[in-house]
Amino acid sequence: MKGTETITLTVDRLPYAAEELLRNGGRMQMVYACPSDAGGVELRYVASPTNKPPFVVWRCQPTGDPPSLAHTWPLLGWYEREIMDLFGVQFSDHPDPTRLVLNENVPPPLARPRPTQPPTARPDANAPRPVPEMAAPDVQMLPFGPVRADIVESAEFTFFYVGEHILHYQPHLFFKHRGMEERFEGLDPQRGVILAERVSGVGTVAHALAFCQAVEAACDCAVPERALWLRVLLAELERVYNHLHYFGHLSNTTTLKVGEAQGKLLEERAKQINARLTGSRFLRSLLTPGGLRRDLQPKEWLSRELEALRAEATRYIELLEDSDSHLDRLITTGVLNATVAFDQGATGPIQRASGADRDLRRDHPYAAYGSLPLIVPIRQDGDAYARSQVRAAELDASIAIMQRVLLLLPDGPVCAECEVVPGAEGFGWSESPRGSLFYAVHFGGNGRLNRVKIKSPSFSNWRVFPFTVHDSNMMDYAINEASFGLTIAGCAR
Amino acid sequence: MALWTFFGLAKGKATTGWPLHGNADGQQGLLGMPRYQLELCDSGCSDCASVCPTEAIKPHATDPVRLQVDYGRCVVCQLCTEACPTGAMAPSGDWAFGVNHRDDLIWSETQATTQQPRDASRRPFRRSLHIRHVDAGSCNGCESELQALNNPFYNLHRLGIFFTPSPRFADLLLVTGSVTHAMREPLLATYNAMPEPRWVMATGTCAVSGGVAAGGYACGTGLEGVLPVDVYLPGCPPNPAAIIEALLMFLDRRPQRVSGGRIAE
Repeated sequence: MKGTETITLTVDRLPYAAEELLRNGGRMQMVYACPSDAGGVELRYVASPTNKPPFVVWRCQPTGDPPSLAHTWPLLGWYEREIMDLFGVQFSDHPDPTRLVLNENVPPPLARPRPTQPPTARPDANAPRPVPEMAAPDVQMLPFGPVRADIVESAEFTFFYVGEHILHYQPHLFFKHRGMEERFEGLDPQRGVILAERVSGVGTVAHALAFCQAVEAACDCAVPERALWLRVLLAELERVYNHLHYFGHLSNTTTLKVGEAQGKLLEERAKQINARLTGSRFLRSLLTPGGLRRDLQPKEWLSRELEALRAEATRYIELLEDSDSHLDRLITTGVLNATVAFDQGATGPIQRASGADRDLRRDHPYAAYGSLPLIVPIRQDGDAYARSQVRAAELDASIAIMQRVLLLLPDGPVCAECEVVPGAEGFGWSESPRGSLFYAVHFGGNGRLNRVKIKSPSFSNWRVFPFTVHDSNMMDYAINEASFGLTIAGCAR
Repeated sequence: MALWTFFGLAKGKATTGWPLHGNADGQQGLLGMPRYQLELCDSGCSDCASVCPTEAIKPHATDPVRLQVDYGRCVVCQLCTEACPTGAMAPSGDWAFGVNHRDDLIWSETQATTQQPRDASRRPFRRSLHIRHVDAGSCNGCESELQALNNPFYNLHRLGIFFTPSPRFADLLLVTGSVTHAMREPLLATYNAMPEPRWVMATGTCAVSGGVAAGGYACGTGLEGVLPVDVYLPGCPPNPAAIIEALLMFLDRRPQRVSGGRIAE
């Protein structure tokens, strides 16, 4: 697989390889299933033996039920459950083999050979959710959602609580599962990008970028220099409006009304800058395999606007830092310790607030990030305050990066021919505002997309989030959730 | 807290005068639906149709000279404007695409405005409308723009339009997303909990026709065949000003600007 170092493992070697990776200080990223050359399903594990390139892919042709590796790498639990739901592969000895993505009565839609009829069974919304049994009479259960107050994405949360105290919390995040990975099948890469841009709307650039880079890796396509720099500009514009939204929303949960208004006003300013520069408030319709669909001419106004935005954002963050009522609600709220963060696969600002020094932009440089000095802010405390501090520092760094890009932007073409190699496979990644994002792209013999796997940062961080809710307080729940800055669309896909 | 009070006062008013006065709608440079110009269209060419990811453009069933263009399916990806050799599919800033009837989103030569009698039961709601939003499987783009409606720039409240947590208090059900199988029942339950008279607005191309996710194992085709729709607003996502235009159109406070798939001259 292009973009990685690929090795083949037999099923019985898997547990040993997993343990060796852990012992040697490596990190498991994900596992996904794809059609194998033999006609069945093949498993692909993506591992990082070190914090530097390359990613190592383990190819494994399962015979019988492959062993679950979730005992060694708890973060794999969700990936394995998704494969069981969608492909019908059963993992033996899985610690929690309940349904994750689809409901009980839906047959695996992506099993090989493919079902001739698409599954017709509609999930029963009133079917009991897989939640733990609670025998104590004082414990109350609160199912909340999937249609919730305010303008939010759909998901259902189940709380088990006594008074204000939350004993157990379980999110059900896949009401919005749209089967996006399957929708890529049969498309050419140009139309594939349009889909990638719409997996998670507020992660448009990060998704499109990871997809394009996976295609470019598969097809050995070299992207022109100017396009690489402009891609950095777009990715950082995305980070800025997302982080500004984050502070507005966080202030909302701590009932800091003017703070909320200011955060959302600055987000709006950032989105209007996006539209003026690219024609899209979400920076859509620009990325394509090989570079950019059209050149951007960032004139002086952009640098001026960004500087004005930076000044206002700095003042805004200072005010938040001076607001005791705001900070009181954040400090010691929703503590995520470094061990849980690592075991459950936290990523992005969430893991960096729990002491992990990882950022794909620096560790696995893509686009023009290799030529840019990058500050990766780290905090150790792992609470809501640390998470917001990491984002505040990233916001500042982001605008500094963009100003540098505007100074150094080289001239030249912005797009190279990217000819599809039939049967090729590629791996791409980007550091989205919410963390690491991976795309694995497989082409079929006809040069069309045959399998696309999306690993979004919210899939990782939603897995982690409940660990900070158990044994916490109802009044802190909304603040804690806001401090994670999650999306459901990215998780459910 | 005095800190924030002074900060807010010193900042002054951030809200735009639009749509009540002025034209500062905040959408400078924004690309909308591509404009189809039949007179520039080459007979027999279907380059745009072959790149369209959602079949919004198709060769016409009977007439080889023209194309069948359905803006209710358009995700504003601009691929057609790049593929078109003659400029017949041209980029434009036409984003105010809210309509009362699905047919108005389909390009037609005549551009006959559908002059339907106004729904009189809407009149009492002209100055105070309460909306319940349901995300039935979106990419979060539409939610991001809906949330923006309450930021100080658009400040939706000043127009007498509010979002309400309870469907019992809601007059309008605003649906985003392509209606996944799992969200279908919760969506219908929300609708059934609303008192009459009640209306439905399909917001974003996904809710209008399914968008890019339609046709798979997990998704339907938006609200088609699920709920009766009173306002259609395609866009991917529709920007906050487009949503405001559509809501005011629904309340009979702004005219419908689109008919026959384009903005009336």
